[in-house]
Amino acid sequence: MEANVFMFYLFSATMLFFALLAVTSRRILRAAVFLLFALVATSGLYFLLQYQFLAGVQLALYAGGIVVLIIFSILLTHHISHRFERPPLMKVFSGLLVAVTGALITIFSVVRYPYKASDTIPIDTNMRIIGMQLMGTGKNGYALPFEVISVLLLAAMIGAIVIAKKRT
Amino acid sequence: MIHGIPITHFLIVSTVMFFIGIYGFLTRRNLITMLMSIELILNSVNINFVVFNKYLYPDQLQGHFFALFIIAIAAAEASVAIALIINIYRRYTSIEADDVNEMKY
Repeated sequence: MEANVFMFYLFSATMLFFALLAVTSRRILRAAVFLLFALVATSGLYFLLQYQFLAGVQLALYAGGIVVLIIFSILLTHHISHRFERPPLMKVFSGLLVAVTGALITIFSVVRYPYKASDTIPIDTNMRIIGMQLMGTGKNGYALPFEVISVLLLAAMIGAIVIAKKRT
Repeated sequence: MIHGIPITHFLIVSTVMFFIGIYGFLTRRNLITMLMSIELILNSVNINFVVFNKYLYPDQLQGHFFALFIIAIAAAEASVAIALIINIYRRYTSIEADDVNEMKY
């Protein structure tokens, strides 16, 4: 077995295992740490696909930003030793039914569709090309979504401050 | 193009991750853990975009940029959601979804 195939299955197994633990763990802080592991394994998949910039963004924003934010809010709202009750059996059963049925239907249609892998020469994804396309206005340019998302981030930041501050 | 790994394996992995997120969203009753399930769902969608980009259109970067923008949206969504959760906690001293059933001011 080649090294990259082995790494793919290793990362995928890690990711799915920790994702499953993150939604079933009864201690909330552990669930957050399991989520962190699942997101780090995902960035390993991006490294495998040779999108280094995206993998770096995934590590910095998801693992460094969002998970830290979630852990802060857990510490603000829970006791560390708090354990959840087990979810009622009926709810577990109906959730499993929905998830397994949906997964089977999707996997069935994914496996049956004949994907044709393109054999064009892959674009070199270095920082220069990413930056030129992200700020470009012509073909393959993403200047407008870039500006819109910067305004959205500003609005979300101000909104979060206004919502979370104490009323006097 | 990655040699030796068919595209369907990537898609199956991301599908399973998506439905793990769905399962968590349906069974958890705590607002923060529901938010974590949403992060899992967004993450699996990201994998799909990146893999389609890499395997089907390797001469462009559209899926790559979509994944970048989704990560940014996820950050904005998480910050607003956590601000709401902290506000709810101040008001009800609980963040179980069953306890938050009033919409009046």
